[in-house]
Amino acid sequence: MLLTEIRIAGFGGQGVILAASVIGKAKSIFEGGFATMTQSFGPEARGGACSAQVILSDNPILYPYVTRPDVLITMSQEAFTRFSPELKPGGILIVEHDLVRITTLSGDVRVYSVPATRLAEELGRKMVLNIVMTGFFGAVTQLADEDSLRKAVADSVPAAFRELNRKAFDNGYKYGINLLERLADSPNGEADELISLLEV
Amino acid sequence: MQSDPRGVLTGTHFLDGDHACCEGALAAGARFASGYPITPSTEVVERFAARIPTVGGTFIQMEDELAASITLQGAVWGGAKAFTVTSGPGFSLMMEHVGYAVMTETPCVFVNVQRGGPSTGLPTLPAQADMMQARWGSHGDYQIIALCPKSPQECFDLTITAFNLAEQYRTPVFVMMDECVGHMTEKVIIPPAGQIEITPRRYTTAAPDQFQPYATGSDLVPDVPPIASGYSFHITGLTHDERGYPSMTPETQDHLVRRLQDKILNAVEKITLTEEENLNDAEVVVVSYGITSRVAQRAIDLARAKGIRAGKLRLITAWPFPDFKFRALASNGVRAFVVPELNLGQMAREVQRAAGGQSRVIPVTHAGGNVHQPEQILRAIEEALL
Repeated sequence: MLLTEIRIAGFGGQGVILAASVIGKAKSIFEGGFATMTQSFGPEARGGACSAQVILSDNPILYPYVTRPDVLITMSQEAFTRFSPELKPGGILIVEHDLVRITTLSGDVRVYSVPATRLAEELGRKMVLNIVMTGFFGAVTQLADEDSLRKAVADSVPAAFRELNRKAFDNGYKYGINLLERLADSPNGEADELISLLEV
Repeated sequence: MQSDPRGVLTGTHFLDGDHACCEGALAAGARFASGYPITPSTEVVERFAARIPTVGGTFIQMEDELAASITLQGAVWGGAKAFTVTSGPGFSLMMEHVGYAVMTETPCVFVNVQRGGPSTGLPTLPAQADMMQARWGSHGDYQIIALCPKSPQECFDLTITAFNLAEQYRTPVFVMMDECVGHMTEKVIIPPAGQIEITPRRYTTAAPDQFQPYATGSDLVPDVPPIASGYSFHITGLTHDERGYPSMTPETQDHLVRRLQDKILNAVEKITLTEEENLNDAEVVVVSYGITSRVAQRAIDLARAKGIRAGKLRLITAWPFPDFKFRALASNGVRAFVVPELNLGQMAREVQRAAGGQSRVIPVTHAGGNVHQPEQILRAIEEALL
């Protein structure tokens, strides 16, 4: 696996950093690869915009920061506006369906959308939207093994919430697999999907 | 001796450098910390405060850095292994008590998670600009030991090393982290307690009536009197003789200050830790430490791919400065040393001094706030051979 740069961005409180941590843990601990996670800190950043970056690789990671993400996950409009221009050509954009309206985008990007907040609310706890998102990320990118992501989730949440988070992960993962199947069946696949998202 | 298993969180973890540093301190046997939390070092003591009740020990949040840096020394004389954690502005305030620890030969650890300065500077962004402050920040002549981790794993490993060196040489030891390493999360492997070697306090074997607190053997390091077991002793920041009593003669001053210096300088080869690669055939050697060494590695790889004979000398021990390494390389025909660092050329000047004019020294300066681009360092490597 080449070096893969991932940025996850949203509001403080959405669990952005935990999601990045789960992905990093899956790769570095449960798959024996390497992961480096950094967070954007600013003295003024508390309670507002929040962003975490994780780099995955089969080799030790030298440069610690994300420069051009291969994958960008946005869970707020502000995060989309701020970070979508830096997405690498050919990269993957994942958006929270109800929180992000895709305004402009270069053509050379694959876009996947998931109503992570709604799926989390269906489980009775909005706070697990980050784990729904992590499951969805695993399904549509295949950058980390489903099983190792699942183990990383279990390892990262308190015992009392393991079952809830397992369901959240499963629902996100399933939603992603179903989306991929739907896109494969449709004649124009991802192009149509992107158009539908742009029209939202 | 081996580490006390109560403090060792054996396993494979995904930890940031600050948390890994805290686990290193616990594994090293630290059971006391006093601190005045400051970004970007706060997470070290935040974790210590959460962990220490289950391990058995004390964390005190003090009223300021002066209090934090002297309280830990009281704990050390009471028998504990102790440390404090800070960043630039707090490090400045602690300097008086760094000197006190040097003079009283109090084994302890100061962790500085460096951020951009001067003054309040860049609280949440990295720099390596306190390197000279670590060396010379307190008044008077002395030597110090300082270690520079490049990853969360090394924050764990080198914090243990720092505690061990502090005990062996009876000196304060600095762990010079930076914001990037402190807030970066990576895999950290914590071995079983039985595999972690710990240097115990060097308690005296002399009987109380024979004991002289500052008499030494050939290593110039005095043994420690155990507390509350019949030994009478006096601890003072005043110049003192071997009995520990204040003595204001130039002879005592000379004897004491030279011994404080020599106990570290005589052991420089033992204390020095480096990471070296391709030094045998190197025309240009990239000298780096801490987070910068990771970016430097990338630049070295790029240079070697271009056929340039670039070598790596990473200083894990920044102080005492390993002059002998540079003397050897310079007389071995190294044409230039390239020194990237997140400051305007602090350690580069040391390299220049140690190379003694035999090799060019090219600083690659950066005022902090992020890390170098590998290409910046590569350009300096190429320039070195022009």
